[in-house]
Amino acid sequence: MPTQLPRLSEDRLRPLLAAHAAATSARAGKTALGLALFGLAVAAASWSAGVDPVKLFAHIDRFGSYFVRLAHFDSGDYTGQIVLSHPGEWMWGLKRWLRLLVETLAIAYAGTLVGALGGFVFSFFAARNLARSPATRWLAVRFLEFCRTVPDLVFALIFVYAFGLGALPGVLAVAIHTQGALGKLFTEVVENADMRPVEGLVASGGSWVETIRFAVLPQILSNFVSYTLLRFEVNVRGAAVMGFVGAGGIGVDLMEAIRKFYYADVSAMLVLIIATVMLIDWLTEALRHRLIGREATR
Amino acid sequence: MSTTSGTSMDEILSTTKKVRASLGPAALANRRALEKAHPEIFAGSPLRRATTIGVIVLLAALLVAAFVVTDVSFGRIGSGLVQLVHFVGLMIPPSPGTWERAELFLTGLGETLAIALLGTAAAALLAFPFGFLAARNVVPIRLFQLLTRRFLDTVRGVDTLIWALIWINVVGLGPFAGVLAIMTSDFGAFGKLFSEAIEAVDRRPIEGVISTGGSAPARLRFGILPQILPVIAGQVLYYFESNTRSATIIGIVGAGGIGLHLAEAIRTLEWQQVSFLILTILIAVSVIDQISARIRFAIIGERRLET
Repeated sequence: MPTQLPRLSEDRLRPLLAAHAAATSARAGKTALGLALFGLAVAAASWSAGVDPVKLFAHIDRFGSYFVRLAHFDSGDYTGQIVLSHPGEWMWGLKRWLRLLVETLAIAYAGTLVGALGGFVFSFFAARNLARSPATRWLAVRFLEFCRTVPDLVFALIFVYAFGLGALPGVLAVAIHTQGALGKLFTEVVENADMRPVEGLVASGGSWVETIRFAVLPQILSNFVSYTLLRFEVNVRGAAVMGFVGAGGIGVDLMEAIRKFYYADVSAMLVLIIATVMLIDWLTEALRHRLIGREATR
Repeated sequence: MSTTSGTSMDEILSTTKKVRASLGPAALANRRALEKAHPEIFAGSPLRRATTIGVIVLLAALLVAAFVVTDVSFGRIGSGLVQLVHFVGLMIPPSPGTWERAELFLTGLGETLAIALLGTAAAALLAFPFGFLAARNVVPIRLFQLLTRRFLDTVRGVDTLIWALIWINVVGLGPFAGVLAIMTSDFGAFGKLFSEAIEAVDRRPIEGVISTGGSAPARLRFGILPQILPVIAGQVLYYFESNTRSATIIGIVGAGGIGLHLAEAIRTLEWQQVSFLILTILIAVSVIDQISARIRFAIIGERRLET
């Protein structure tokens, strides 16, 4: 649509432009300062991280060719043929990989549930409105912070030495990290709860546990479940790489295949992992929508 | 209540305990009659009760199955805990060993922060155009928009550590591979988040720009960008915080940063160095969190003033 608006005359335009400049100049200065600081930080970081665009562009073909190699058989009778031409041969280890995927899901499930239960308990000690005393609150908050900040793989790496190789250290690492992450979210939910039911329960002589059970829990349970389901999605992705440090799941085989350049196996396992992750995402999203829907109609 | 009145939960509870001791029996004496008068309140819904019990039983059964699959047993946990306590004992006091090591660790920490900063910034830059391509209200062809979304989902489905292993093939071991790995995996996440932010924009400012004869770039610059920029900035900063955490583990597979030293210290059972490194990471992450939260608040606060 060709719109032609007549330009204002100069003497009417000038005060408008001046007002615009005055209104924006202060912010423009701030933005410029922010950008300059950011640029400085990027320059320092590039130097520290050894960023080398020349090397990247010289070898960028390897990135593409890596995926080309992933799509072809690297050994056996069908060497050089595209993997989809012989799906049976491509998925030769399907039985073992599916078993490892089940183990991965078990790590994620057990870790999420145990961690969520831990976070659930700690959130009531850490929430400002329900904390028993400032000292226990401080302890609970710091403990959850520690669980959250140390990455789950670091816990797994240490646990592998304490508990031995296998899925058990993976479960424990996921559980501890989940406890920290969910504990913080749960605490925020509890702090945002309506306090009137709590006052009602306290006024009628309810104990701390009864207050939580009958005044707080009904308000927050659906939020807790929703956050836990989201965390489960994250943990499935996390559990898939637990094997990189020897803590069980499909990561053990994937790491080995990547290190030994068994490209067809790598792509087969990646496809299985991505399919599982998408399936879980879809399932948990459907569950969450049903929960939220029930909440809305209640 | 504890914050408004100045009395702590414990004080309130001890008062209610006293009240309960004196009035409780009197209140409960009439319970029978109350139950009879209002059976619907005391009985509850049997269907709901059955659902609750069913869900709990299902969750517990799955948990037991998961414990069997992952070989969790009290014996293993018990002996492992003893070992773990032993390790924690060896971790005290935290110490880097020598000055040279301390310097090496701090360089690693700098690398980790650099990986997080560059990876997040590059991912945001790359994902920005894709956010528009995956937004329903920008791309008129539904199929194209859906394909872009699926592509972003696939990228997101692969863990950062796997991307790190792939990039190591391209640029070799070192922090640069870590930057590229964070960039790739966050590119998928940002693309999705940005497109959702773009889909949520208010049409009216865009119509306003159109009504004054604004061109397509002007519509983008003055109609859409001011609305999405604060949202996007908040998300990017949040990811920068979480990436300082994930950048520490990327070193475990050889993609640079403090994680490399941490994995090495654990493998060589240098427990004092392990606790020193974990402590360093905790401090660095909490400092980054503080700074980032302040910037985030400044940006969001600004947006609140404008609307």
